[in-house]
Amino acid sequence: MNRKLSWFNVTSLTLGFAFLYLPMLILIIYSFNASKLVTVWAGFSTRWYGELLHDQQFLDAAWVTLRVGVISSTFATILGTAAAYVLVRGGKFFGRTLFSGMIYAPLVMPEVITGLSLLLLFISIGLDRGIVTIVLAHTTFTMCYVSVVVSSRLMTFDQSLEEAALDLGASAWDSFRLVTLPIIFPAVISGWLLAFTLSLDDLVIASFTSGPSSTTLPIKIFSAVRLGVSPEINALSTLMIAIVAIGVITASLVSKGAIKRQREEELAGNRT
Amino acid sequence: MAEPAQQKVFAPWEDPSEKPIIRFEGVTKRFGDFTAVDKLDLKIYRGEFFALLGPSGCGKTTLMRMLAGFETPTEGHIILDGQDVAPIPPNKRPVNMMFQSYALFPHLTVWENIAFGLKREGMEKDKIEARVSEMLRLTRLEQFAKRKPHQISGGQRQRVALARSLAKAPKLLLLDEPLGALDKKLRQETQFELMDIQEKTGTTFVIVTHDQEEAMTVASRVAVMDHGKLVQVATPAGIYETPNSVYVADFIGDVNIIEGAATPNGDQVEIAWAEGLAPIVAKSSEPIAPGAKVHFAIRPEKIYVSREPDMERANRVQGKVIDIAYLGNISTYRVRLANGQMISASMTNARRLSRRDFTWEDEVWLNWTDTAGLVLTR
Repeated sequence: MNRKLSWFNVTSLTLGFAFLYLPMLILIIYSFNASKLVTVWAGFSTRWYGELLHDQQFLDAAWVTLRVGVISSTFATILGTAAAYVLVRGGKFFGRTLFSGMIYAPLVMPEVITGLSLLLLFISIGLDRGIVTIVLAHTTFTMCYVSVVVSSRLMTFDQSLEEAALDLGASAWDSFRLVTLPIIFPAVISGWLLAFTLSLDDLVIASFTSGPSSTTLPIKIFSAVRLGVSPEINALSTLMIAIVAIGVITASLVSKGAIKRQREEELAGNRT
Repeated sequence: MAEPAQQKVFAPWEDPSEKPIIRFEGVTKRFGDFTAVDKLDLKIYRGEFFALLGPSGCGKTTLMRMLAGFETPTEGHIILDGQDVAPIPPNKRPVNMMFQSYALFPHLTVWENIAFGLKREGMEKDKIEARVSEMLRLTRLEQFAKRKPHQISGGQRQRVALARSLAKAPKLLLLDEPLGALDKKLRQETQFELMDIQEKTGTTFVIVTHDQEEAMTVASRVAVMDHGKLVQVATPAGIYETPNSVYVADFIGDVNIIEGAATPNGDQVEIAWAEGLAPIVAKSSEPIAPGAKVHFAIRPEKIYVSREPDMERANRVQGKVIDIAYLGNISTYRVRLANGQMISASMTNARRLSRRDFTWEDEVWLNWTDTAGLVLTR
């Protein structure tokens, strides 16, 4: 592990990371700028964070985003887990390949198309755009991510555990609730976190499906920036980066740590 | 070849009035083109320790999974205690299974694992408590009740799996290669524990194994399977002493197989097997057509090795010792006969090694009586 990196490796690493993170770094640095002008550095300050807290518009948008995120990722987790369970456990039922293809299609579907088609659907069924429509839209596009995470866990799951539960008199639902779910739970949690993070920073689909009363933070930021970048936006963006980073890191830690520990337990539960 | 049936007290299969607990009637199971179980008929009786023995892919596991309800027969019926089990799902069958992988629930403690099935039954709390304690005592796991499966040893896990599957007091317990994961010494101990527990609980056990020694040790009867069919069903002694085919003779223990043409002579058969050598004389229980191609099967321990021909025994052949496998209690001699055929013969090492009678390259006589071996027609 302690291999010394050659100058070539160091250079490419630096270039790569600079390319990825320099813009964000600049954003974060300028969010602590005392000056009102974005381009002029006038010393360190947390003033814009304070002002953010008093801006009712931003607070409303944050509240909408949070509610949408929690509700939609919860629905997406339930649906995505169910879909994963059927696809991995259902055996070779008719149309299985088609279904699994269709579950994963939204992963590569352009967001504009997802957004547009959802908009058309909502208009045609006469559903007023608001929080409900954003929740529905976010559930739609995040459930496939949950499904991917959960099904990869289910594939390594020892099926004889479920058979043992059935054999001991558990119904199919009991065996899922009491045996499968507790064991795959870390994967379900990390699926939820992933869905929440995706919902949090979605702009395209939300802008298609939101109404006047339901502006999410990304929409708010985007429209504010069109009138000129304010230091407040920098501060808000920094906060969002922090939340997303925490979400993603937690998701990966939860899945890595807990899944690894559980795999060990499961192996131990079988044979030595 | 006196069958040990008369000596045995427990032999319900000998009693025509006894009703079997399980009946397979013409059971066939196909997976696509592959026939895993082929028109199989079998009766298993209450209180038996029944072993399904065969190489992997012979259909023994499929047979067991059909009993548990994880597979349904393509054709035929399985009658459990007078009831056709086909429409009963696995969670409603009075059958429990001990899985090859044990399949212990990793997130539950030993206690909770054992109580799992009882809770599903909706049993009262204090009754569950009592039953789990009883199971823990039976399997000597009392001090591990609070541990999780990954905190105990392989042998202990095996006992948890057994306790869990016995907790509901099933009419029938299925054991899928239950001892495969244990090392040899622990396996032998556990075999005796299993027999002990089977006797104490009086449960009918059906065990699937590919280990012939294990089947012989624990079972009241052994069914040898091959390609989805039962080749022979008999007591361990019956399987060993009177195999009905070359396949069974060869599968169970060591055996010498000599091919030849049979000539019946009274209740004896003379088998011409090598030019210039005297025919093998053997008693046969079934009539054999003159000139029929037969296999003569004889176990190494039934052959007496001596320096001079033993006139007491009907068959005597001369050969040269090629190999000696010294196993401590016995030595197995690989002897080459005049026609090149190799014969194994084992002798108990009643004397100390330094005074052993034979060594490599010695000319010896192999002697056996007319009842020592078997004449097999298939």
